[in-house]
Formats: sequence, C-alpha cells, structure tokens
Amino acid sequence: MARALSHRRMWITTAAAWAVALLIFFPVLWMILTSFKTEPSAVAMPPQFLSADWTLENYAEVWARSDYPRFFWNSVVIAVGSTLLGLVIAIPAAWAMAFVPGRKTKDLLMWMLSTKMMPAVAVMIPLYLIFQRLGLMDTRIGLVLVLMLMNLPIIVWMLYTYFKEIPGEILEAARMDGANLWNEIAHVLTPMALPGIASTMLLNIILAWNEAFWTIVLTTTRAAPLSAFIASFSAPQGLFYAKLSAASAMAILPILILGWFSQKQLVRGLTFGAVK
Amino acid sequence: MSTHSSRLAARMMVAPSVVLLLIWMIVPLAMTLYYSFRLYRLLSPDRTGWVGFNNYLWFFNSPDFWLALFNTLALVGGVLVITVVLGILIALLIDQPVKGQGFLRILVIAPFFVMPPVAASIWENLFMHPQNGLFSAIARGFGAQPILFLEQYPMLSVIGIVSWEWLPFATLILLTALQSLSSEQLEAAEMDGASAFARFRYIILPHMTRAITVVILIQTIFLLGIFGEIFTTTQGGPGSASTTLPYMIFKQAIAAKDIGRAAAGGIIAVILANIVAYFLMRGLGRNLEN
Repeated sequence: MARALSHRRMWITTAAAWAVALLIFFPVLWMILTSFKTEPSAVAMPPQFLSADWTLENYAEVWARSDYPRFFWNSVVIAVGSTLLGLVIAIPAAWAMAFVPGRKTKDLLMWMLSTKMMPAVAVMIPLYLIFQRLGLMDTRIGLVLVLMLMNLPIIVWMLYTYFKEIPGEILEAARMDGANLWNEIAHVLTPMALPGIASTMLLNIILAWNEAFWTIVLTTTRAAPLSAFIASFSAPQGLFYAKLSAASAMAILPILILGWFSQKQLVRGLTFGAVK
Repeated sequence: MSTHSSRLAARMMVAPSVVLLLIWMIVPLAMTLYYSFRLYRLLSPDRTGWVGFNNYLWFFNSPDFWLALFNTLALVGGVLVITVVLGILIALLIDQPVKGQGFLRILVIAPFFVMPPVAASIWENLFMHPQNGLFSAIARGFGAQPILFLEQYPMLSVIGIVSWEWLPFATLILLTALQSLSSEQLEAAEMDGASAFARFRYIILPHMTRAITVVILIQTIFLLGIFGEIFTTTQGGPGSASTTLPYMIFKQAIAAKDIGRAAAGGIIAVILANIVAYFLMRGLGRNLEN
C-alpha cells in the first residue's frame, strides 16, 4: 500500500516537474517552431501548432540576405579569443592565490569581482573615445580586449576555486618521488587542473558570445558579431516573425548546444566554489 | 612552502591581472569624472568649459532621474525576489525522485544561454505583441481584451523578461545545494513528527543559505547594468516609464548627445553600484566565510 502510494506520488511530481520545465523552455521552443513556419502561418490567429505550413525558406532567406558566416566568425573569434587571452593572464594569478595565499588574497578577489559592478554604460564615452584614438573601433582585437577585461574577474575567481581543491600534499609527494618541475607540471598538475580550466573556458565563451552592449556599441560592420546581427533584425512590424525567429535561432543555437553539453560543469563553476 | 622567493614569485604571477584591472577601472573612471564637470555637447562642440556641479544638478532636479533610480532598484529587487522564490520552489520540485531528471535540467537551463537581444525580441514579438502575440491569442480565446504589456506595464514586463533569463541560474545553483543535503537528517526529522514546513524552515533553508547568497551576489552584479532588454523592447518608454539609470545615461549620450551630463550620470551610477556593493558585502559576506 505504502509502495503504491509513493509510486503514485512519484508520477504526480514527475508530471509537475515536467510541466514546469516545459513552461520555462516554451519560449525557446516556440521561437524555433515559428522559424519553420511561413510568414502568414507564423502570425495566424488562432496560433498554429501542428497544422502550420512548414518551410525551410526562412533560413535560406536570412542566409541569403545577410552575411551570416561573417557575423558567426566574428562571434567565434571574439568569444574564443577573449577567453583564451583571459586564461593566459588569469591562470598564473589564480595559481599563486590558491597555492601561496597571503593575508590579502580574499580581499583581492572581492575587489576584482567589485570591478564588475561598474555599469558598462557609465564608462561608455571614455571607452568610445579611447577606441577612436587608438583605431580600435570596429575591430575584433578591440572587442577581444574589452571582453577579456570584463570577464577577467570571473575567470580568476573560477580558476581559483578549482585550483584550491587540488591538494598541496600531492605536489610534495611527487617531489619526494623525485619528480622534477617539468614532470610535476606535466604529469601531476595539468591533469588535475584541466577539468577546471575547461569549464572556466566554456562558461566564459558563453558569457562573451552573449555579451550585447560593447559588441553593439563598439562595432559597425567589419567586426560585428551575432549580437549585432540580431539587433539589426529587430523591429519586424508583424510580417517578419518567421524570419526574425530563424535569425534568432541561428544566433543562439551554436551556444545553446555547447551549453547543453557542458551544463553540469557550468553550474558547478558558477557557484564560485561556494556550493558543493 | 611560502619562502621569501615563492612569495615574490606569487606576486609576479598575480601582478598582470591586478594591473590590467586597475587600468580598466581607473582610466575610464577618471575620464568620466573629468567630463562630468565639463560642458561638452556634440551638437555645439565649440562651447566648452567647466560647469562645476551643473551636470549633476540637472540629474537631481529631473523627475526622470528619481523615476530611473526607482526603476533600477525595482528591476534588481524584483528579479532577485522572483528568481530566488521560484528558484527554491522549482529546485524542491526537481529534487524529488522524478523520471528524466537529466533532460529536465537541460530544458530548465536553456534560457540562460539565450543572448539578451534574442530573449527580449522573443517576448516582445512572439508573446507580448498586442496583435500577433501568443498572450493576446490566449486573452481573445477567453473573450478578453489583449493586455498591452509593454505599453501599460512596461517595467513589470521588463522585470518578467529578465526574471525568465535568470531563473535557470538561480534554480540550478539552488538545486545543486539541495542535492548535497543528507536525506537521513530529513528522514529523522520526519520520524520525529516535524511537518513539511518545519523541515523546510529549519533544515532545508539554513542549508541553502550559502547558495542563496551566491545567487544574490552574482545576479546583482549583472542586473545593475541591464541594458539590452530595455533597448530592444521599450526603449525606456512609454515616456520614461521604463527608463533605468543605465538607460537614462545612454539616452543623454546618444539621443541628446550631451557628453557632460551622460558622464555625470555615469558617476552617479558608479556611486549607486558602490552603495549596493557595500551593503551586499556587509550583509552577505558572513555567509561566504568558510
């Protein structure tokens, strides 16, 4: 009896959990469905779910009308470039903070995070002027630099929490066994640090890919990534829904898929080690 | 291990990050501070000079500023309350033994990966649009007038959109915390006759304090600068109804082309962020200590 009861309870909670999850996901699903409808079908009243006129035309037209590959490539270069550059600068810092902590290490980390509290709009004008003076306007290298600096505190924090979990005794044991510095780095440290570095990298690629202030303010055409591509597609005035949805899907699907594959590590990294 | 030489090496390793962040913080801030005391309008570039606190006074004397300040705090506070409360409820639900939990997590996290302009345009066009949106279809299905979300309730609509974007983050971090709670403790409490509410109040909630702290801290950092969602949907309107402080600064710089005023607004925004940061660190810092 108790068993049957708990069995029934499980089905009720399962149904409730699925309903909530589908509700949260529904806007994305609806956008993807709309992207495969013809324009009249996309705005039909009442809304069409399964009876719609399905087509691939929207994707073909967005592809033909805009230079999608260029926007996509800019997004890749900016997101990956800023993340790799950030890692190169942050890894030594996080390493030193984790293994040779000083009295001020915690304060330093908090200060780094606090630099992110400065609203981007507040420093828009100086950065705009600096960019013009240095000829960085509408260049990928300029955006790589800005997004790297923006995300550097998060990269240092995440790496720090991962590195701190590597027990220091392991290094000493390796040294006792006669490992030289190179062996220590190649065979002991790197394998232990790699998962942390990988998930830090993924999260920052996602943050940089989705950044939609500097990428719009500091670019016009040449260096514009997908966030600017989608901004130029907005204001559809009703007859344009399916194409807008197709463009939206093309902008988010690469990162959505990457994120789905790595969601477990991402969530762990995002807690900054404060939640086990 | 921490000999003198290793200390020095550690400093050298930390230095590049610290120096870069210092430059990143101080140079634009100093320039903004300078412009905030200057008369500098792009439409009349030859009239320049020092104007003292006039740019700041313009903000304090503008009714729009107080509205923008209120809207900024309402946005941060509203989204925090919605995402933390719903996040706890959804985490409690998903933490039950349910079929297909892995796939559920994939569905729930999806909004977090959607870039702000796309999230805003999905809601604006496919859902809240008075003619073609799904919400208006539902309202008509019930024979009601469609609600003009972005016209009549612009700030609430923006809070709703931003909450949708951040709900996955809150839910998954709270879920991670919940999953580390030992079930024996809960079962023991249940045996002793503790009600479901008592178990939540005295065992589950204290266990989640750290996770809630992290959610509030990280979200506040991102929410204070929310821009893209407002830019895409309401453009701060109708009138100034959904103008936040960042958006008001943006309007001064781009529409009014008044660099001096925008800079003063920027300094005010930085001060506001510092006040919020101070209270956050004081109120929550304790929860983060080990």
